[in-house]
Amino acid sequence: MEKVDHAFVDEIVKAGADRIRTCIQCGTCSSVCPSGRRTAFRTRELIRKALLGLKEEVLSSPNLWLCATCHTCLERCPRQIKVTDAIIIMRNMAAEKGFMLPEHRRASMKLLETGHAVPINTANREKRVSLGLDEVPPTVHSHKDALDDLKTIMERTGFKDLIEKQEAEK
Amino acid sequence: MTEAQTYSFFLGCVMPNRFPNIEKSIRVVLPKIGIELEELEGASCCPAPGVIRSFSEPTWLAIASRNLALAEKAGHDIITGCNGCYGTFKEALLEVREHPDRLKEVQKVFKGLGLKYKAKAEAKHLIEVIYDIGIEELTKKVTRPLTGLKVGVHYGCHLLKPSKNRPWKQTERHTFLDELVELTGAESVPYKDKFMCCGAGGGVRGSNAPVSNDIAVEKLDNMMDVGVDCVLNVCSFCHLQFEVAQAQVNKELGEKKYQIPVIYYTQLLGLAMGLELEELGLHQHMIKTQPMLDKIPE
Ligand code: SF4
Ligand code: SF4
Repeated sequence: MEKVDHAFVDEIVKAGADRIRTCIQCGTCSSVCPSGRRTAFRTRELIRKALLGLKEEVLSSPNLWLCATCHTCLERCPRQIKVTDAIIIMRNMAAEKGFMLPEHRRASMKLLETGHAVPINTANREKRVSLGLDEVPPTVHSHKDALDDLKTIMERTGFKDLIEKQEAEK
Repeated sequence: MTEAQTYSFFLGCVMPNRFPNIEKSIRVVLPKIGIELEELEGASCCPAPGVIRSFSEPTWLAIASRNLALAEKAGHDIITGCNGCYGTFKEALLEVREHPDRLKEVQKVFKGLGLKYKAKAEAKHLIEVIYDIGIEELTKKVTRPLTGLKVGVHYGCHLLKPSKNRPWKQTERHTFLDELVELTGAESVPYKDKFMCCGAGGGVRGSNAPVSNDIAVEKLDNMMDVGVDCVLNVCSFCHLQFEVAQAQVNKELGEKKYQIPVIYYTQLLGLAMGLELEELGLHQHMIKTQPMLDKIPE
C-alpha cells in the first residue's frame, strides 16, 4: 500500500484550487475530456487520488501530462472546482520532484537559452526574408540586453536551477 | 470608423519563428482596418500557459508580467494573435490584480532591472479588437466576396475559457467568429463538436504526438464530413496543430487523406479585401491552399 499524504490536498488548496474538497465524483470532468476519450487518463480519478492523498502515485504518473489544458472540465464542473488549475498545481509539484518529461525539459532549456520555447531556425529566417519581414523578429532574439534581463528573472524564480536539476538527474 | 488605435504587437514564439506567414498577414491587414501595431521590442515567450506554467508557475507569472511591463512602458495595451499567449496574459493579469502579494513578488523579481509593473496594460486578442470595429464597418472593406467558400471555424480553447475571465457573452454557443467569417461572403459550416480542443495545448503536442494528432483528426474528420474547403483559426498554436497533424497523419497512413487548407483569420479577411496571396503568406502553407483559392470567384 502506498503511503498516504494528507497534506497533499492542503497544498493543492493553498496553491489556488480551493474548492477541490467539494468534489462529488460525478465524472463530468472525465466525460468532457478530449484526452480521456482516447487514453487511460481519467480526470475524476486524478481528483479522487489527490483527495485520498496518493501523492507519489499522482505525481509520478505520466497521465498527469495528458491534460491539454482545454478548460472544458473547469467550465462544466458542477462544484466549480478549478480542475485545470489543480492539474497545473500538481504538475508543478511533479516537476519539483524531478518528474518532468524529456520533451518538456528540452523546451525549457530552449527558453533558458534563447528566451523562446520555440526559437527561430534557418528555414524560418529564410521564410521571413522572403515575406519581407525582418530576418530575426524584434523579440529577445534581437536584443541581447533584454535576453540578459530575462535570464536574470529565470535565475531569481529558481527556473534555471529547476531545469538544470532535471538535466543532472537524467 | 473610429480613429486608429495603437497596440503593442506581441508575437510570441510560434508565429514569428514557425509561421511568419501569419505574422505577415496580420501586419498587412490590421493597419488597413484602423489597427496600428507598434513593435514590442525585447519581448519573449509569453510563456506558454500549459507548458512553462505547468513546470514553474512563479516563473510563468514573472515572465508574463515582464512582457506586460514592456507594453505598460510603451503606454499601450498588448495585442496578440495566439490563444495561448492571450490566455497567459489574461490569467497573469487576474492573478496579480486579485492577489497584491503576487504583484509584490513579481516586482521583487524585477528589482534592479528597470522594469516598472503595475498591471495597468490590458491584453487583447486581435479578434476581439477586430470584432469591436463592427460587422458593418468591416463589410465595407470587402471588395472580393468569398462566395461559395465553405469554412470550418475553430475558435480554440483559451480564447473562450475560463469564461469568467474573458470578454465574450456567457454562452457555450459563440457566434462572433462565425459572424466575422461570414462578412467575407464565405459560409461558416456547422460541424460536430465545433468547440472541442485542437489537441495541441498543455504540453501534449510536444510530449505525446499520437494523442495530440488523434484529437486533431477527430475535429478534421468532423469538418470533412460536412465538406469544408478550409479550417479557419485565430491562434498560431492551433494553426501549427492543424498543419502539422495533417502532415504527420498522412505520412503514417501513407496516403494524403488530410488535405484541408489551414487559414488564419487575417488571411481570409485579406483575401476578401482583395489582397494578393503573397501579401497574406498564403503561398507558404504546409497543406497547399490552392484548392481553396480556386473556389474563390474572380
Ligand atoms: S466534475 Fe467536478 S465534482 Fe465532478 S468529478 Fe470532476 S472535479 Fe469532481
Ligand atoms: S482541461 Fe485537461 S483534464 Fe480538463 S477536460 Fe481539458 S484536457 Fe481534460
